[in-house]
Amino acid sequence: MDIFLQQLLNGLVLGSVYALIALGYTMVYGILELINFAHGEVVMIGAMVSLAVINALMASGMALPGVVIVAGGVLVAVPVCMALGFAIERIAYRPLRRAPRLAPLITAIGVSIVLQNVAMIIWGRSYISFPPILPVTRHAIGGATVTDLQIFIFLLALLLMAGLALLVQRTRIGRAMRATAQAPEIAGLMGVNVNAVISFTFVLGSALAAVAGVMVSAYYGIAHYYMGFLLGLKAFTAAVLGGIGNIAGAMLGGLLLGVIESMAAGYIGDITGGFLGSNYQDVFAFFVLIGVLVFRPSGLLGERVAERA
Amino acid sequence: MKSRLLAVLFSALLLNFAACGKREALPAAGGEEVIKIGAVQPLTGPQAHLGKDNENGTRMAIDDANARGTTIGGKKVRFELLSEDDQADPRTATIVAQKLVDAGVRGIIGHLNSGTTIPAAKIYYDAGIVQISPSATNPKYTEQGFKTAFRVMPNDVQQGRVLGDYAVTRLGAKKIAIIDDRTAYGQGVADQFEKAAKAAGAEIVAHEFTTDKSTDFMAILTAVKAKKPDLLFFGGMDAQGGPMIKQFKSLGMGAIFLTADGGSTPEFIRLSGGAAEGAYSSLPGLPLDKMPGGKAFADRFSAKYGQIQLYAPYCYDAVGVMIAAMQKAGSSDPAKYQPALAGIAYDGVTAKIRFDQKGDIKDGAITLYQVKDGKWQMIETVGGPAPASAK
Repeated sequence: MDIFLQQLLNGLVLGSVYALIALGYTMVYGILELINFAHGEVVMIGAMVSLAVINALMASGMALPGVVIVAGGVLVAVPVCMALGFAIERIAYRPLRRAPRLAPLITAIGVSIVLQNVAMIIWGRSYISFPPILPVTRHAIGGATVTDLQIFIFLLALLLMAGLALLVQRTRIGRAMRATAQAPEIAGLMGVNVNAVISFTFVLGSALAAVAGVMVSAYYGIAHYYMGFLLGLKAFTAAVLGGIGNIAGAMLGGLLLGVIESMAAGYIGDITGGFLGSNYQDVFAFFVLIGVLVFRPSGLLGERVAERA
Repeated sequence: MKSRLLAVLFSALLLNFAACGKREALPAAGGEEVIKIGAVQPLTGPQAHLGKDNENGTRMAIDDANARGTTIGGKKVRFELLSEDDQADPRTATIVAQKLVDAGVRGIIGHLNSGTTIPAAKIYYDAGIVQISPSATNPKYTEQGFKTAFRVMPNDVQQGRVLGDYAVTRLGAKKIAIIDDRTAYGQGVADQFEKAAKAAGAEIVAHEFTTDKSTDFMAILTAVKAKKPDLLFFGGMDAQGGPMIKQFKSLGMGAIFLTADGGSTPEFIRLSGGAAEGAYSSLPGLPLDKMPGGKAFADRFSAKYGQIQLYAPYCYDAVGVMIAAMQKAGSSDPAKYQPALAGIAYDGVTAKIRFDQKGDIKDGAITLYQVKDGKWQMIETVGGPAPASAK
């Protein structure tokens, strides 16, 4: 039982990070019906920038507490990623807004490759380690072990998601986002600045991605230039699982996917008697993706909408 | 549309040829013979730091040979290094192997990983080119019956046996959990370890798997934790081992962490974020300061390329022994110098190199290390000849 609880906690922490990234996919899809495949790279850039700042702060010789240093890293990474998200939309997607739907998908993949290679040139090809500056106090919860960092990641993710939900539901810009998602032309006619709303969506998603990037690198202790690829794919799966375009769905899908992965990797060997090993951990996310696409393409919380012309 | 694609492909090919042509035209200055030596290792991806280390070791040996002015069969020669990136990927390995064969190399130093070395060996054998791997330790490499395949590092049968035995008899482990990365190397060394540990009387309570690209081990470590082992063995590379031990500690596991040569690097300690203290590893061969020419090599290498990661001295020796065989045979033709290599006795910086019938190094030693004060410190050397005096 304590092991089950431990796997559940592992899964929830991982899932909350997936959820933050999945929000970026789902918000953009909701408004543009575009899968922003460069989103995973934004996460990676967030992790890399924050690590660069953290290492610089450590090298500066100031005796700052670890939490302050990491906060400094986040404070730099978030605006950098916001600017990056804005630039990606301006350069790669806006000129193609009236193009066939395949075209922006291709530029998305192009942007992703460019960002990976830029990161490789700047930060090198090897793994970058996250300095051990955060306290690792362990807490026992019903036989399972949780670190401060895990609790903090989970709570911060929930807080950010709650903040986002409030923003979308209760503010002026949130209403503009919802209106644009429903009918961009009509929203435009009603005086909504559609371009600004789209830019804002990208900037918002990228800010969440930056935070997620720092979380992932702090949690696993490492970052590298292609970490965004798999993370991006999994978060995309989480978004599809919850119902792409649906913000609550992305949160649910992320948490669920994290738990599914954790449980599957933890128990698959025992259940199949060693036939399938835990090295198939990464595959489960994609089993889920295929399963959802075949049996419930609209996702858990998505509504069945007639294909738009 | 299709024709345009063809045109693009065709022009890419042409460019490629042009580039090759240029490379051919460059050397042959001063009437000396140019001998091309290929080096293959991952230069991108999680093991890029190890690959670069290998390449540097090989490059240093070739630069030294050129600076010394080597003659083969009374003729002055110059060596040229063609380095390729196999991304630690078996498929890419065969592609770059073929590319080097086509470029007319006379010998290969590589590959780094067992998983890439084994399939590539067939290509070199078919082309009749001698291959010396500095670091592939899976026994299968030299068991394929290819007389062109050599290695300058003891294989996993020996390493796994020593480790399994050491874990049980010296570290006192009774319940052992194993994780391997499912590569030819990780799986090979883990299987040998398992066999030896069982033979020594330990119980294997779990055998879990990961990949050589994973970063998340929480789920499998939790599954392992449930079995309450007193020792965890990881068969894999440092890029996984470092983060793994960090996550292992964060789960509050108190078991001993043991890994093989793939984790025996400074990178392992760096990536662990301070969690590596107390971990054990092994490395085929002697520790650098016990190697016959280790100290001098380490000083020269670090002055030029920085800290040695892992296999650079073995690469240096692989080149050295290959050139020595060419000189002995008086020819750089692989068919001529292969028999000379098989029967050679060469004083390298890592060991006195002699090969058995299969191409494996004779009398290989295994050394055990532990992380103390944030550094790998040698504990003891098992097997092999008595450590030669460090001169």
